[in-house]
Order: sequence, then C-alpha cells, then structure tokens
Amino acid sequence: MPVSGTDLGADMLIVDCDKCIGCGVCEEDCPFGAISVENGCAVVGDSCTLCGACVEGCEPGALFMEETEKRQTLDLDSWSGIWVFAEFRHGIIAQVSFELLGIGRTLADERGVSLSTVLIGKGVDAYGDQLIAAGADIVYLVDDPALDQYREDVYGNVLAQLIREKKPEVVLAGATAIGRSVIPQVATVLGAGLTADCTKLAIRKDDGMLLQTRPAFGGNIMATIECPHSRPQMATVRPKVMTPLDPDPDRVGEVVRIEVENKILESGIEVLETVLSEQEQVNIQEIDVLIAGGRGLENEKGFDLIRELADELGGALAASRAAVDAGWISYPHQVGQTGKTVCPKLYIACGISGAIQHAVGMQSAETVVAINRDEKAPIFDIATYGIVGDLFEVVPVLAKRIKEARK
Amino acid sequence: MKIIVCIKQVPDAKDVRLDPKTNTMAREGVESIMNPFDRHALEEAVRLKEEHGGTVTVLSMGPPQAEDVLREAIACGADSGVLVSDRAFAGADTWATSYTLAKAIETIGDVDLILCGKQAIDGDTAQVGPGLASRMGKPYVTCVQKTREAGPDYIIVERMMDDGYDVVRLPLPALLTVVKDINEPRVPSLKGKMRAKKVKIQKLTAADIGAEEQCIGLAGSPTQVVQVFSPEPRGDREIFTGSVEEQVDQLVQRLKIYL
Ligand SMILES: Cc1cc2nc3c(=O)[nH]c(=O)nc-3n(C[C@H](O)[C@H](O)[C@H](O)COP(=O)(O)OP(=O)(O)OC[C@H]3O[C@@H](n4cnc5c(N)ncnc54)[C@H](O)[C@@H]3O)c2cc1C
Ligand SMILES: Nc1ncnc2c1ncn2[C@@H]1O[C@H](COP(=O)(O)O)[C@@H](O)[C@H]1O
Repeated sequence: MPVSGTDLGADMLIVDCDKCIGCGVCEEDCPFGAISVENGCAVVGDSCTLCGACVEGCEPGALFMEETEKRQTLDLDSWSGIWVFAEFRHGIIAQVSFELLGIGRTLADERGVSLSTVLIGKGVDAYGDQLIAAGADIVYLVDDPALDQYREDVYGNVLAQLIREKKPEVVLAGATAIGRSVIPQVATVLGAGLTADCTKLAIRKDDGMLLQTRPAFGGNIMATIECPHSRPQMATVRPKVMTPLDPDPDRVGEVVRIEVENKILESGIEVLETVLSEQEQVNIQEIDVLIAGGRGLENEKGFDLIRELADELGGALAASRAAVDAGWISYPHQVGQTGKTVCPKLYIACGISGAIQHAVGMQSAETVVAINRDEKAPIFDIATYGIVGDLFEVVPVLAKRIKEARK
Repeated sequence: MKIIVCIKQVPDAKDVRLDPKTNTMAREGVESIMNPFDRHALEEAVRLKEEHGGTVTVLSMGPPQAEDVLREAIACGADSGVLVSDRAFAGADTWATSYTLAKAIETIGDVDLILCGKQAIDGDTAQVGPGLASRMGKPYVTCVQKTREAGPDYIIVERMMDDGYDVVRLPLPALLTVVKDINEPRVPSLKGKMRAKKVKIQKLTAADIGAEEQCIGLAGSPTQVVQVFSPEPRGDREIFTGSVEEQVDQLVQRLKIYL
C-alpha cells in the first residue's frame, strides 16, 4: 500500500509560490507532516524525506522535484559483489551471519555477482569452510591477536580498509550489539548510506539498487530506502528475519587470508574484562520461541511458572518493562521501545497488557499468544490467539498439555 | 569535565501511524518529547558533573521548537543549551546529522565527553552516536549500562553486549551511547525550572558552524526514503472460549507446528 510509490530520483522539493494557491492539500498528503501553508504558500519543513507524495496531489503544479548535483555519483559500476560481515565472539559465529549468507546468496545470484564474507577475530582461521558451506564464494579471514576482543575502532578500521580495497556494492551485517555499533562508523568514513534494522531486502537486477525495507516509528510505519548515489550500500538486518541455507559441505569457495598493518590495529580502547551473565546466555533476539511475562506475574516466582513453559518449548524468557522495573528479571530480557525488538516465531505474552511501548518490540512475531484475564487488554488486538483467563490457572495446564503433545 | 549531551526531539512513537484510508500520517495529538534514551544520557552527564565538577551542555539539531527539549534538559540539571537549526538541514539522514553535530561541537569548543542515547525512537537507527565519534576521530563505546570510574583523562564503563557485558576503558575525549539501565533520571527541580525559563539558548545556523552545503540536509544524505506504507495487518485473530482446559486444548492444536 504505497503512499507515493515513486522514486523521483531527485533531491530538492521546490515550491513555486506564484502557482501555489495555499489550498493545503499537500499538508494533508504529506505522510511526515513536513509541509505547512504559511501566508498562502506551502513551506517545506525539516522532516521532508522527498517521498513525492505531495507532488502527485498538487493540482496547480506548484510543487516539483529538482535534481541537483550529487556528492558522489561517479563510478558506481566499479563496485561489485555482495558482502556479509560474519560476527564472531567467544568462539562462535553469530547465527544471524548464516541468515545473512542466505539472503546474500539470493541477492548475489540475482545480480550475477559473487558473495563474500569477512570474518575477523583471533583464532578464526578454522571457520572458513563453515561459511563456504553456508553460501559464501569467498571468505576473507583477518586473524590477529589484536582482534581477540571487540573494539569499535579496530574492527571499524579493518572493515573500512577491506571495503575500500575490494569495493563491494553491498555490505550486510547483523543488527546486533556489535553490528549496530561498528557498521555506522564504517559507513561514516566511507561516505556510504546505511539503513538500520532492515526486515526485507531486494535488489534491482539492472542497476544493482538495494531496496531496503525497515520498520520506523516503532513498527507503526514501514519505509523502503535506497542509496541512489553512493556505494557500498550498507544495511544492518534484524536477526531471525532471513533464512539460512542448509549447510552444504560440498560447496566450493575460496578462503583468502588478509594481513593488516599494525597501524590500523592500534586502539585507545581497552577491554578489561568480559562478563557473561548467567541469565543472559541466550540473546532473546536470536530465539525462536519467547515466553514473556509482565506485571500480571505478580513477583519473581511468577517467572518460575513461565520458565517451565519456556523449558518445555525450548524457548527463552522475555519481559515487559513493568516486570523488569520491579526487579523480577534483568533488563536484557526487556522487550519494547526501551528494550529489545524481537521477532520470534512464537511469542507467548503472560500477564502483559500490551501497551504500545511493549507492542512495538514484538508485533512482528510470526504468532502471538496472549494470556490475560482482562478481555479488553490491548494485547488481544495484536494477538493471533488469545486466552482470557487467570494465568496462574492457564499456564500450568498449558505446560502440561504441551508436554503431552510433544511425546 | 566538559560534557556535551546530544538530545533529539522526537514524535511520541505511540501516536504515529498511517491512516489506512488516506495513507497519510495521522497527526492529531502527536506530541513531541525528549527522546527517552537521551534523558538517561543527560542524567549520566549531570551525575558525572556532580561528582567530578565541570559543565553539561545539551545540543540538538532540529526545528526551532526543539528548543523545548533543551529547556527541559536545563531544568533537569544541564548548564547550557545549543540549538543548530537551519532549513538547509531538512531531510538529513544519520550521515548528514552526524556531520552537522560534529561541526556544531567543533564550534562549541573543547569537550571531554560526549553522551548520546543508544538510539532515537523515531528512526531507531542507533547510527548517529558512532557516526559522530568517527567524524571527530574520537574513541567511542555504544550501549553503556554503567560508568564505573572516571578520571581526568579516562573513563571505565560497562558495555552491554548480546551475551553479557564488557568492561571497557577509554581515553578521553570520547563518546558514549547509553541504554536506559544506566540510571534513573531525576525530575526537574523547581530551581531548575526557573532557570530553564530564563536561560538563553544559543542558536547556530549552517553558516555559523561552517557546514559545507553538500554535506548537510538532503544533499548530504546518501539514503533516501522512496516509499512509506503501513505494515501488513496480522491475519484473523482467535480468542478462545470455554473452560481453561478447553481453551488450552484449542491453543495447543494451533501451536502444533512449534512443538
Ligand atoms: C518512554 C517509555 C518507554 C517504555 N518502554 C517500554 C518497553 O520497552 N517495554 C515495555 O514493556 N514497556 C515499556 N514502557 C511501559 C509501558 O507503557 C507499560 O507500562 C508496560 O509495558 C506495562 O507492563 P505490563 O503489561 O507488564 O503491566 P500492566 O500494564 O500492569 O499489565 C499487566 C496485565 O496483566 C494482567 N493480569 C494481571 N494478573 C493476571 C493474572 N493472574 N492472569 C492473567 N492476567 C493477569 C492484567 O489484566 C494486565 O493486562 C515504556 C513507557 C514509556 C513511557
Ligand atoms: N537531530 C539530533 N540532534 C541531537 N542529537 C541527535 C540528533 N539525532 C540523533 N541524535 C543523538 O544520537 C542518538 C542516536 O540517534 P539515532 O542514530 O537517530 O537513532 C540519539 O539518542 C541522540 O543522542
């Protein structure tokens, strides 16, 4: 349901005040509330995104787009190939990296180019084959003791240097703690466009334009974003939305070891200690099944009740802010506007009212189950299935039935 | 310690949606608020000032009415506010925003620590903080959940990771982005409110900060929004009826694929 559906490829919205009749239709048409009529003529405000919605509706023809000279239009064609940043921490490649190789493969095949992945860290040498089996044609390995710990500046330097050298047209990374921290730096130094937290990616075959779709305003609105004049086109992608390929040990690919100069491994940042929190062995953004508890659980023990359900389903625990603020569970479990955005296959909300600040963090789950004794709770508006009832009665029965069903 | 906190004025996310019939933004009753994460960045800055001495300057790029959040920040303990505002900034994405903020900070002068929120709730990008740090050539750490210790030329913080946290030491000047776990923001004091009313907010234009035309606003933004649309509504929902056992049985039937 596009608002404008137009890529006008322009970058200035011009108002011709001689033609403008001050009718205010554009004010109404603007999805971003960026236009207002002042003294009988439309004025374009700061939140204009050049979507073009107003131009189409302007009968007197007072609004039009004008193309102006671009910062970097040269040589887009010299950039080629799809890249995935493979995230490595504590001996494990993040699951999202395999998901990115899945979508990366699709994009590369569509464009007829190669799919490469960059793996940096200490002791990563052994992991090349795993990435080839997951879809990569080329694996760039940067293995150095200085890369043992994640440090923003060093990781950024290494990535930026590799990208400058090899010139890929697309660079993808997971929208994880590391991905969302290092990639913006790389994009900034390269002058590249970066779209955060994408949930859908497609590529135009002819000109290689990456169409990046992401939720904005907490998921109330979806936006599709392009980088028409710069390369590489960079995006971070939410965990769990893309599908990995089945690993194929017979796939052939090339592992390229890269030496980097010591200079770019120097850093003022020092990691003194790493603490793996016990509750936090799992990252709720990477889990297929989440059982979430809210104020309705009444106390810490309430979480023991839903933990049983989680164990039964092989899932993990999530929570509303009310439960986190009450101290029943730690902050990394919080879902919502000021917590994490999750997108599991199954989300079971127990004793959560479904306030909008919570909903924005979980409404893109595949299936949402709500258990709440208040039939008017807003959580039922976004639930796929709902049980109106006392969770202290419902959850134990549910755990039991699931156990039986799994046998 | 000279601290700058970057604060964005955002529309309250819960009010923002597209009218399904007209596909336009339903704007009625959309309030502008201080980005919630930035409130925590501000609180941390004020606490550091209280402990180590120094000043807290709040900085925002935005339309003239963004002055409101700067005054609010002053009521909560900041010393001064700077608003960079210019039509030429219109349509800035995170690349152009970080450029503009970097130029503004250069104009403001010496700084030991820059604090940002983890992300702004309108775009949820989390890109401006790291972008700003790299433009200024300063070290940075994102998602800080605690500051442990600070001295004249260093700071030790806990950086939240997906699997726990890291304890990280950075030389100053540096930039941090913070999550809400870091502190509990205070409410404005009466004295603060009085001060906020009277204080003069410094206003800077594109020319004042020496920004290059091709780096700001839309011209300086490599990303372009080409389409906006409403998310697909969830399919039919089903609210079960009957006894607890009956309801649970129906649910388990539907959930078979996940078992
Ligand atoms: C700036 C800002 C940011 C925020 N960010 C977040 C965020 O990131 N995440 C978040 O979750 N919230 C966030 N909130 C808070 C949010 O607005 C709600 O207050 C919060 O989500 C409520 O949590 P809750 O649903 O657990 O509690 P409540 O709203 O109190 O709901 C409890 C529910 O449990 C039900 N219940 C009680 N007892 C039982 C029982 N025995 N059996 C069945 N049902 C029962 C009740 O009917 C009720 O619906 C934010 C708020 C603000 C202002
Ligand atoms: N226009 C702005 N003015 C001041 N600070 C900003 C602005 N945009 C972003 N920031 C800061 O950068 C952080 C991350 O924003 P974002 O990258 O947009 O999610 C925010 O929490 C603010 O601290």
